[in-house]
Amino acid sequence: MASTAIFGRDFNRAIIAVGDWSAFAWHAVSGLHTRRHQPGTLLAVCYSIGVMSVPVIVITGFFIGMVLAVQSYGQYHNLGLDTWIGSMIHQSVIRELGPVLAATMLAGRVGSAMAAEIGTMRVTEQIDALACLGVDPVHYLVVPRLLACMLLIPLLTIVANVAGIIGAALICLTIFGIDPHHYWQHGRDFVDIWDVVLNLVKPVTFGAFIAIISCDRGFNCKGGSEGVGRASTQAFVWSFLAILILDFFLGLAINSIKTRWLDMEMIRLTS
Amino acid sequence: MTKAAILELERAGLEFGSNAVLRDVSLRVPTGETVAIIGESGCGKTVLLKLFVGLMTPTSGTVAFDGQDLGKLSERELILRRLRMGFLFQGSALFDSMSVYDNVAFGPRALKKFTEKEIDERVQARLAEVGLPDGVGRKTPAELSGGMKKRVGLARALALDPDVMLYDEPTTGLDPIMTDVINRLIAEVRRRRPITSVVVTHELRTVRAVADRVVMLYPLRRLQPEEPQVIYDGPADGLEGSSDPRVRHFVAGDSEGLIGE
Repeated sequence: MASTAIFGRDFNRAIIAVGDWSAFAWHAVSGLHTRRHQPGTLLAVCYSIGVMSVPVIVITGFFIGMVLAVQSYGQYHNLGLDTWIGSMIHQSVIRELGPVLAATMLAGRVGSAMAAEIGTMRVTEQIDALACLGVDPVHYLVVPRLLACMLLIPLLTIVANVAGIIGAALICLTIFGIDPHHYWQHGRDFVDIWDVVLNLVKPVTFGAFIAIISCDRGFNCKGGSEGVGRASTQAFVWSFLAILILDFFLGLAINSIKTRWLDMEMIRLTS
Repeated sequence: MTKAAILELERAGLEFGSNAVLRDVSLRVPTGETVAIIGESGCGKTVLLKLFVGLMTPTSGTVAFDGQDLGKLSERELILRRLRMGFLFQGSALFDSMSVYDNVAFGPRALKKFTEKEIDERVQARLAEVGLPDGVGRKTPAELSGGMKKRVGLARALALDPDVMLYDEPTTGLDPIMTDVINRLIAEVRRRRPITSVVVTHELRTVRAVADRVVMLYPLRRLQPEEPQVIYDGPADGLEGSSDPRVRHFVAGDSEGLIGE
């Protein structure tokens, strides 16, 4: 009986939390077109989210590419398929590792910082002060961050992808001595423009979720410095879980769209 | 004839989950009056102030500003009412990413009704009004002392010429001299403009210096269900002679009966 009551209470809380988060997300998204964006505010946020993240993203992408090359070379070499390693690396980086690891790094770097900054503003009553001065705090604080994450995380993913491809090529071509012509030829054959474009849907979605989850944690921060720390941790953990879950469903959707497009293309060519 | 109330609580209550902070509190603040709200920490003074400005919504009863129930206003209408109220926060709540000048200019800029020149004149006038020296506008909040932060917070709250000023613990954490400076500023603000003020404090010096009327709240956790939460409503000079021992203990700073709670 007691466990049923506890389950019921927790379920109730979970439903309320999802409802609150959805209302917060809608409030923020509605501000994307109703709020007049202030270039100064947006540029400052873009600088902090975008420019400041470039070094960490380049290093992450570069090492992902190199690790991928080192770990997979042995298997491809044993099968005599050395030059095909480029196709596997380019597909892995562009479809999965680039978007997911770039988003994970940004959830850690940008998401935690946003939650901590907004959380500090909450506990020091700066958010209440914004409301008292006639400003909608969600539109003022969340909308520029949401916009910046949706615009810049795809660009940062492209940077991570390029860094990953360069890192892998460096190992494969200089250390393992794979023939460059065939390496790049196979790499190009297995990745088309659809892969690149459709897989940019992922970072746009990841960016939106990182921004909304992190800002929501900051807005709901309670209890002084301990609360700010908790909000910052929750922002990363919840963003990371959201990235993994969204990656699965977006992967299914993107594959389905691509298969459908290939079928239509085949029908067009044969008719 | 009774003056019209610009702020009014009607049987207002507020609960956070199972924790009740206010219960059936009714309070009228007539136009032009300065009301001090006193009471122990945790009795709901700050919450009451946040109800007035619409930052919190009562779970029962109503809050009215200038005769209009805040609960029945749209978000846009509520923002317009808020602009007629200035709020000095306990920790000043200055935007730490901005300079002092930009903090004071924030409200007029957000309103988008003034030119940059008009905003500049307004900011300089408010900084001078609270006694801040030239050049302080370029500083960041982190470079200011506690007393200066309070003064900047007051200048920012006054930047839109509010009809009502709400002060949340304006002198807490300040030395006696700075406490006197802030008390004089509150009195001066009232002398210079037709403003209604609500001052939440537990400093009796502040109460005596600025208040026309004092309201004392008592923590709900120490009240019986049928007892009223407002235990004193009258002039400041009647506090010591109150017939209620709880009021006299508070004024005298006497913790008798509270040890071990």
